[in-house]
Amino acid sequence: MKRFLSKENLPVMATVLVCVLLYLGAGLKFPGFFSTRVPMNLLSDNAFLGVVAVGLTFVILSGGIDLSVGSLVGLSGILIAHLTTHAGWHPALAIGATLLVGITVGWVQGVLIAKFEIAPFLATLGGLFFCRGVALWISQESITIEHPFFKQLALFTIPVSGGASVTVGTLAFLVVVTIAIWMGRHTLFGRTVYAIGGNKASAKLMGLEVDKTLLSVYALSGFCSALGGVLYSIYTSSGNAVAGTGMELDAIAAVVIGGTLLSGGYGSVFGSFVGVLILGIIQTGISYQGTLSSWWTRIAIGILLLVFMLLQRGLVRLSGASKNSSG
Amino acid sequence: MAVDSTAQTELLTLRRIEKRFPGMIALDGVNFTLKAGEIHALMGENGAGKSTLIKVLTGVLPLDGGEILLDGQAICPASTFAAAHLGIRTVYQEINLATNLSVAENVCLGQFDARRVGLDWKGMIRLGEESVAKLGLELDVRRPLSDFSVAIQQMIAIARAIAVTPKVLILDEPTSSLDSAEVDQVFRVMRKLKDLGLGIVFVSHFLDQIYAVSDRITVLRNGKLVATSPISEMGPQDLVRHMIGHSPSEETPIEREPTASSVKPEPIIRAKSLSRRMSVDSVDLSVGPGEVLGLAGLLGSGRTETLRLLFGVDAKDGGDLEFNGKPLTRWNCRKAIRAGMGFCTEDRKVSGIIPELSVRENILLVLQARRGILGPLPKRQQQELALQLVKKLRIATTDVEKPIQFLSGGNQQKCLLARWLVIEPKLLLLDEPTRGIDVGAKAEILQLIVELRKQGMALIIADSELSELLRVCTSTAVMRDRKILQTLPTSELTEERVMALMAEGNV
Amino acid sequence: MKRIPPNLVAPLCILAAILLFDLFFSPGFFHLAFINGRLQGSLVDILNRAAPVQILSVGMTLVIATGGVDLSVGAVMSISGTVAALLLSRAEASNAKASVPQVIGLAMGAALVCGIWNGILVTFVDLQPIVATLLLMVAGRGLAQLLSDGQIITFSSPDYGNVARGATFIVPNPVWIAIGFGLVVAALMRRTSLGLFLEAAGGNAVASRLSGIDVRWIKFAAYALCGLGAGIAGIIVSADIKAADANNAGLYLELDAILAVAIGGTSLRGGRFSLIGSAIGAILMQALTTTILSRGVPPAATLVLKAAVVVGVCLFQSARFTEWQASRRSQTS
Repeated sequence: MKRFLSKENLPVMATVLVCVLLYLGAGLKFPGFFSTRVPMNLLSDNAFLGVVAVGLTFVILSGGIDLSVGSLVGLSGILIAHLTTHAGWHPALAIGATLLVGITVGWVQGVLIAKFEIAPFLATLGGLFFCRGVALWISQESITIEHPFFKQLALFTIPVSGGASVTVGTLAFLVVVTIAIWMGRHTLFGRTVYAIGGNKASAKLMGLEVDKTLLSVYALSGFCSALGGVLYSIYTSSGNAVAGTGMELDAIAAVVIGGTLLSGGYGSVFGSFVGVLILGIIQTGISYQGTLSSWWTRIAIGILLLVFMLLQRGLVRLSGASKNSSG
Repeated sequence: MAVDSTAQTELLTLRRIEKRFPGMIALDGVNFTLKAGEIHALMGENGAGKSTLIKVLTGVLPLDGGEILLDGQAICPASTFAAAHLGIRTVYQEINLATNLSVAENVCLGQFDARRVGLDWKGMIRLGEESVAKLGLELDVRRPLSDFSVAIQQMIAIARAIAVTPKVLILDEPTSSLDSAEVDQVFRVMRKLKDLGLGIVFVSHFLDQIYAVSDRITVLRNGKLVATSPISEMGPQDLVRHMIGHSPSEETPIEREPTASSVKPEPIIRAKSLSRRMSVDSVDLSVGPGEVLGLAGLLGSGRTETLRLLFGVDAKDGGDLEFNGKPLTRWNCRKAIRAGMGFCTEDRKVSGIIPELSVRENILLVLQARRGILGPLPKRQQQELALQLVKKLRIATTDVEKPIQFLSGGNQQKCLLARWLVIEPKLLLLDEPTRGIDVGAKAEILQLIVELRKQGMALIIADSELSELLRVCTSTAVMRDRKILQTLPTSELTEERVMALMAEGNV
Repeated sequence: MKRIPPNLVAPLCILAAILLFDLFFSPGFFHLAFINGRLQGSLVDILNRAAPVQILSVGMTLVIATGGVDLSVGAVMSISGTVAALLLSRAEASNAKASVPQVIGLAMGAALVCGIWNGILVTFVDLQPIVATLLLMVAGRGLAQLLSDGQIITFSSPDYGNVARGATFIVPNPVWIAIGFGLVVAALMRRTSLGLFLEAAGGNAVASRLSGIDVRWIKFAAYALCGLGAGIAGIIVSADIKAADANNAGLYLELDAILAVAIGGTSLRGGRFSLIGSAIGAILMQALTTTILSRGVPPAATLVLKAAVVVGVCLFQSARFTEWQASRRSQTS
């Protein structure tokens, strides 16, 4: 129990608490929230954001940032749509190719960051421009995907009680989260990411493969963004070059609200999962409300972000102070 | 378990080690041996070559000459990992571990080949517990490292180092940030490891610590081996003399200053039991116009820390400070400068120069800061002022608009002095004003200090070169263990006496 | 004849190369016409369109000189534009005539508040600059939408529209405003000690503190000025389209501004800064965009090109890249 409530877990506990309170609050106001449908929709509507946030979690844990995720989502969507609808590829092949493109874009950014020590926000800023530019180059119009295989994917559901159902997006989201939680906790890669975020120089001195891990982190984030794009195109049955505009901010917000320290080293994939749910609940709640407009979502996210940052700041100061007094 | 010294095997042998850097010889034919089951203290002041020796030994720097034998085999580690693989492990003063990870991970990660896909947490925890138990510690290895005190973290660093078949353990100032109870804990661990047959190289500034655990001492100075002998044959006084003693070759052409007039002037600054946890312990001092107080002491004795407290860089947590007869509360750098103080720090690069800015801008920075945002000097006046100082201090630069980073160390140091002289301070604090600069510049700076004193400025100088201190100071305070032991007029002091004080704490 | 500062050589050469290219391949590029009392032509167009980013980059230069970055300038632009448009459209709805200086003053005031907010978070709350300004980047557009009720607010005030569409002494007003803001900031930096303190604080914060510079207030001032500049840029953009679009005004312009600063030779690690360099950087990028568009290349290509420029400039400033190149060269030789 003591370990459970330790200093490191405090941000994540706060996140879970906020999530539960928001859900209960929304449920008391709009009884529809307590059906199985709303939680299931929360998962499927936010699957692409969730997958992106999972990849970004590793980046932020390593002490970096990836601004290219949103435009990579857009690029992936338009690429799949273009390849299937215009080039006549089989969707499975198109999806595979898109995921490879995502990994490559991430890997190149990783090289710039790990090998040439370019500030992550600048390198990924280049990625942001690049992906959006290429996406718009492919097509400025939204492309509908008519392929039967794709339709099947989009319509595939596993019914759950109460009229709710599990979609492909939900499945992918849950699988990615599960694997990522395991990676973060139980693989050398995951632990190295934490070590780098804690102190890069120390991680190097401990003999951990810092450069290689950083490369993988950005490649992983590229993969997750591309997968997010795939899910988005399945969700909308189309590809759109401007899809995912500003999504990097939502994803960063989800990660930070999930208790991951923006300076790296502390946090968890599970936290980001809950963070995504919080964003989803806010969005759903505001749309249920009807009178509140959608921009309240942004403001609410901004306020939550501020609160969590100040909380983190306070915790860092507190731990710094306690170290001084015990040292 | 006492082992007969003749039975001890030579574990590590360094022969005629040479290491050169551009413009200097860092190690000049150094010999060093380490036996299994001994703690060997490696001593020397800054620039003596001990950290270079450690770097060569652990594969951080390549050798320029000589050979390293481990268990009789010649080795040539190309990296710290290669050295670690051979069984040579280092633990540094700064804890190079991931404080956000658990103790078990800090002991195990990166040490073993991970062939499995996932981590073997159970195995890590078991191994972590075993290694920690080897040091006689008992703690929950699942907790993050940051939960523990620095001393425990230091010992976990040691636990990591010995987790994989070590032969040689190098402890580079492991005790610098620990209090005495924690130091004892580390010593217990060191003795335990010694009994296990490890050879330990121990680096520390604290003499009593050296005498508490070491079996042998090796002293380096200016890249050369000065002495090696069993602890019983080298008393503290000998040790200090070996480390910092006067050697005729370093003589600079300056006459020793006679002590100032016997009439004690009204002090400009006076400190009473000035204290700060872990850095300065109850320091009393007072300096008046035309006086130069020298702070003598080994590294870590509290010299720099005292200056930082006086200038308001760090906050005191006890004692009183008076400047010009007025008590000072909520003291900070800006107030100190406004009151008429200046402070030249010991590390030019980190806290002195602003590398990209020009010589002119660097020299006039303090003046400009004091004049405020709305009071910039006209460019022409700036150039005149800067040129004036460049001439006065004989700073070798053709152009005051040149970025200061392109000047030599000695000239940078003179610029930093100029930065403070511009505001004509009443009290100037100098921390190692002659470190890392050439002999000519050294002499000029010492001469300048004498001139400033004659003009009625008060100065406090921390310097590890005793001969320099005794030449320019009117009185000298000997520091040891964060305290001032004694303050004496320089006329009553000799290098021998100061060294005796530094070594023994009494005369 | 003073020598050209070394940091300006590369951007000026590239700018010259672009113009040279246009000289040969874009007929009429250098044609200047005199229509309705103002100069018109591609060159004027470039300067006119570069003005907002130029103004942003001047403020951004100061922030980057302190070793920070301000990601929120785009959002701040949309806030100031929205405030102005809102005041004008309200006045127009009640058939009153809004005082344009008052409107501009209030819009700039709102932007200044944003800058001060960033400054407080960075200097006094001690958040990392990327993080602190990210906050306003996220919430800023929400605030602007809150003000505008999610609508694109249009207005017809010709006086206000004149800020962006009019011309004074045959040159479009935005060009004058950009020059004016640049000169005011330059004067503020070089006629007072603020510029020196900024460079000192960005170059070595510890040494600056020990020299008696109040580093926190200096940084604070940089963020406040940056916010103010974003406000002015927002006013120009809203005046140009006679509307405020909270969603799209200034979108991604923070990135353009950072890029302009980097091209202008200010190190992204802080320290020495060059305002004129940043202004040239902004013009260079606009010249590039205009050239590409005039060649009939899809506008999306400019984004890809910008990506290449970002990476190129960063590699150019990266010490590790220089080492790597040197090692490759020594290997091949």
